[in-house]
Amino acid sequence: MNLYVLLKMVPDTVEELNVAADGKSLDSEFLRFKLSEPDDHALEQALILKEKHGGKVTVVALDAPEVDDVLFTALAKGADRAVKIPINQAGLGTTASAKVLTEFFAAAGALTPDTLLLPGSQAIDDLEGEVAPLLAAALNLPYVGVVCGVKPADGKVTVLKEFAGGLRAEFEVTLPAVLGIQSAEKPPRYVPVAKVRAVMKSAKIEEAALTPPDRPIQLDVQRMYKPEAAGRTEMFEGAPEEVADKLVEVLAKTGVI
Amino acid sequence: MANAILVLAEQLRGEICDITYEMLGAGRALASATGAPLYAALLGSEAAPLASKLGAADKVFVVDNPQLNLAPAGTVAAALQALMDQTQAGLLLLGCTNVSLGIGSVLAAKSGLPLVNFCRGAKADGGAVICTSQLFGGKILSDVKLADGRGIISIYPGAFSPDAGKSDKAPAVEKVEVPVEAPKVTFKQYLEPETGDVDITKQHVLVGVGRGIQMQDNVQLAEDLAQALGGAVCASRPVIDQGWLPLSRQVGKSGMSVKPRVYLALGISGAPEHWEGMQNSQCIIAVNTDPKAPIFDGAHYGVVGDVLELLPVLTDKIKARKG
Repeated sequence: MNLYVLLKMVPDTVEELNVAADGKSLDSEFLRFKLSEPDDHALEQALILKEKHGGKVTVVALDAPEVDDVLFTALAKGADRAVKIPINQAGLGTTASAKVLTEFFAAAGALTPDTLLLPGSQAIDDLEGEVAPLLAAALNLPYVGVVCGVKPADGKVTVLKEFAGGLRAEFEVTLPAVLGIQSAEKPPRYVPVAKVRAVMKSAKIEEAALTPPDRPIQLDVQRMYKPEAAGRTEMFEGAPEEVADKLVEVLAKTGVI
Repeated sequence: MANAILVLAEQLRGEICDITYEMLGAGRALASATGAPLYAALLGSEAAPLASKLGAADKVFVVDNPQLNLAPAGTVAAALQALMDQTQAGLLLLGCTNVSLGIGSVLAAKSGLPLVNFCRGAKADGGAVICTSQLFGGKILSDVKLADGRGIISIYPGAFSPDAGKSDKAPAVEKVEVPVEAPKVTFKQYLEPETGDVDITKQHVLVGVGRGIQMQDNVQLAEDLAQALGGAVCASRPVIDQGWLPLSRQVGKSGMSVKPRVYLALGISGAPEHWEGMQNSQCIIAVNTDPKAPIFDGAHYGVVGDVLELLPVLTDKIKARKG
């Protein structure tokens, strides 16, 4: 199979996020980036498919802080090729990103009959929508999102899509296709730092020159701000002993103990 | 009269989903402010019998075509585009749910209408609509203006009250035909939810664990607390994805919706996907090392601290109290 995984960097939400002086974007000064979690699962799913059924895994990313580390890590995990598109992802909405990626895949020879494009199902900054369905629509390919399992058979794949309440359904998809991956069959694998360092010395990240989009953002964002607490939260402070005493009182009040 | 507001009625296996009523409620508020009519769209041969349940709409348009049953996003988007043209709808509301994921993106690309995703609030402002979206796992809000009131809004479950979208009135129903492109994806079968040893939707007390539990061995600390409280352990997506707890214990968008008397959110940041599954719990107690974690915006009681330090102490005190 010809497997492409689309990797996107997003702000690490474990860190504090601040709004920039323009009031409409994130303050990038102290922002730390990490690989979007569903994309990490998409990579894992691609590696599992390659191991089980053979093929080649190519990871593709737009330029972003720390993206080289993520691309080398993907190579160290077992991806065969890493391609960086030297267009800065910062400030690009989903529509513009999808447009750049469409140009990449529309290039002659990219979409062989055994091709699967595997973006993450969704990202935490997808204000304008998701890349996966946009890419599928632009390339006229079938699309399924919220995918948590992929099984190939006879030029097709059977995919598992999540609904709600634990309900899932199987769909049959003809290749080439775009699958928005929510989670891989197994947790994303770990790769030792030493191996990543070795790959950094031996492997190269390819670059693909593409046209920067003329309209980076589609939406009229008026402002960004931090949510205000509902104001009903009573906060307890102190050592674990003290806090535990207060929580016991709360639990007693609710009648569960 | 302003352009009509159209709600894509979400339904699954012959039932209207709650999000549909939330959207009808939100749509009704916008319609009242702008004077626009409020329409609902029911797509697919299984959906047609459900029209009578959508009385909050002024009119229900039914596209009774089996090719739209569980159809892929592209097929639904094309049908909706045709329906919006026919009904002169300028604003479409759809669910920010697994069922509807992707439809808004494709429709936006095809129609040129802007899509506002992750929406928790929408209000009319003259001829414009201001949408409030929740980004970055709930840590940032964003106000987006649809200047002419036209666009596609993807609504988060739980953001609006479903009651405002329910009505005993019998709505006007019109069957319409739109061109439907052949779906490129074929539905095969449902896989029923795994039944676990415990039904977390029936528990009075749930001890929810998230990333803050750090490793599989630590889940036992939560099990000990749950046992002391006579409840069960459940988890947010990262814990389930790691395989530390079975799928039947997942709370949130793809998992279960729960409303126990007490929900302890331990090391759970409170991302919207999780919040949507437990927000109706009677009492929410949150423990997290990050004082800015969104879970503290909605919890009843909060502790900024390490769950791993607190858990054994709390379990011992509860055991002592129960004697």
